[in-house]
Amino acid sequence: MTVVEKAPAVSEERPLPPVDERPLRRLRLIRIGQQVAAVAITLFMAVPVYLITLAAFSSRAELNRFPKALWPRDMSIETMSAFLLSPGTGVLPALINSLMVGVGAVLLALLIGGPAGYAIARYAFRGRDAYQMFLLLTKSLPVVVLAIPLASFFLTVALYDTTYAVILVHSVLALPTTVLITASVFVAVPVDLEEAAMVFGCNRFGAFRQVVLPMSLPGVAASSIFTFVLSWNEVLAAAVLTLDVRTLPAQVLVSLANSPLAYQFAGGFVLVLPAVLFILLMRRYLLNMWGSTIR
Amino acid sequence: MSIQGPPEERDKPVGVGEPSAAGSRSWRRAAAPYVLLLPSAVFMLVLFGWPVLSGVLQAFGYGSATGFTDAYWDRMAGDPVFWAAVRNTLLLIVVLIPVQFCLGIAMALLLRAKPRFSGVYFYLWAVPLAISDLAAGLVWLSVFTDRGYLNSLLEQLGIAGVDWLNYQSTTKMLMAVVIAELWRSTSLVLVIVVSGMQMTPRDYDEAAQVFGATFWQRLRHVTLPLLKPSLQVALILRTILAFQAFAVAQALTGRQFPLLIGETYWWYVQLNDPNVASAVAVVVLGVSMVTALVYLRLLRSPDAGAR
Repeated sequence: MTVVEKAPAVSEERPLPPVDERPLRRLRLIRIGQQVAAVAITLFMAVPVYLITLAAFSSRAELNRFPKALWPRDMSIETMSAFLLSPGTGVLPALINSLMVGVGAVLLALLIGGPAGYAIARYAFRGRDAYQMFLLLTKSLPVVVLAIPLASFFLTVALYDTTYAVILVHSVLALPTTVLITASVFVAVPVDLEEAAMVFGCNRFGAFRQVVLPMSLPGVAASSIFTFVLSWNEVLAAAVLTLDVRTLPAQVLVSLANSPLAYQFAGGFVLVLPAVLFILLMRRYLLNMWGSTIR
Repeated sequence: MSIQGPPEERDKPVGVGEPSAAGSRSWRRAAAPYVLLLPSAVFMLVLFGWPVLSGVLQAFGYGSATGFTDAYWDRMAGDPVFWAAVRNTLLLIVVLIPVQFCLGIAMALLLRAKPRFSGVYFYLWAVPLAISDLAAGLVWLSVFTDRGYLNSLLEQLGIAGVDWLNYQSTTKMLMAVVIAELWRSTSLVLVIVVSGMQMTPRDYDEAAQVFGATFWQRLRHVTLPLLKPSLQVALILRTILAFQAFAVAQALTGRQFPLLIGETYWWYVQLNDPNVASAVAVVVLGVSMVTALVYLRLLRSPDAGAR
């Protein structure tokens, strides 16, 4: 006992050993290194988006000048307005087509994929695993393999060169992801609530409509935005399946060879813009969408 | 792995509703999931299954005047641009994928270290996830074109500009396409690896740290093995998607740097030959499938059976 009581007194008298600051300094260096690396990667990711914006809003004179300024010097909306509004480029109708195809694909994918997602989330049945394997398989198919036979098929059924053809292909491309996302959303809604609704006299569909659907709206919205962006970005099938009724990426792609650089920059900007908004809206779902549901 | 549904059949609302029709109700109950799945299955069979089958048949001349033939394959193989496209596509994959995975894993590790502003970083690094390859090509065109921003910067620094997209230099074009693809598609690796990291506990890493393992030892023996499933998914997805890249090269170089899918597009749209176009598409399909199988075989862990 006495020894223990004495011990602190002794150590107070002795001078403290010098504090070893090396680990602390090393930690600080590591922190600084991490920030430097993070900033460098951020510049690599963000600067090109800044540059395409700059190019899209530079005046013609500025775009022809060399060397170009890397900061906004001579801003103008003439390129953008000419790109969007002049009738020769066909951009405005293409933009409208893109929006129609996007909305159509979202609705069709939800209408067909939603019930399948619900079945996977709520029922255990034979063939459930096989169906999920099938979904994964379809995710890895190159679009081009589908586009060319479908073009001949759509020609025979008079769907070629219509927005419907593109809607069909885009919604089937989005279908596997829609099923997986909606399934993960429906799993998160407790079965008990659905049962409670049925106890109180709803049938299964009523319980779905009044209980499950309102609770799963955010996730369903996430899957809709995913489909919309997929459709907005898809260029190959849209270019193969249409001649006049182009979507915006298809229109930009086919006019690449014979349009001035200014139009290509404006096109690039219009195509990039929704991506920035999309990721902003979807931050919370990003990891779910490409992470856990991907397998 | 997959969506975890109910572990076993839940025979729900028992005794609720009309008790007399119990037999027909249980039959309806068993049929319900199939009824719900039916539209999607039919939809996919018609728009996925049938076109793939028909594409393969088309490549062998089925449905055309010639009947069954391998003439289209000869025509495809006889085109020197096809072999250039094969070479370029393979080069792109061999150069892009390793660089991309190093960068993607480094980005994920940086985010795990939680530096300040890591939320902002994650958002900015994820933005290219939603950018199409056509848009990425156009974005980098503004950088790499003769009088573009990169040469402007060099000029202001007093360095002579470089003809980055010169059609005579495959190396420079490959570099431009690789950088554009690296910029666009590394976010996918990042997101998959980050979500994989969230699912693996950090305890192992901390334990290794306590026992004095260095950063590289922990990365090699703890972090990467734990991330193996995620890396496998990312590797398969990225390789298959890299086989499908074409609009990047189209926007940056036109047909000077041909890629396989670009050739399909060329045969179909410009030369109006759906059969040869299908043959090239079947090549892409076959190579993607084989790659996926090889990866699955190579990366299969010893305890794969248990998973």
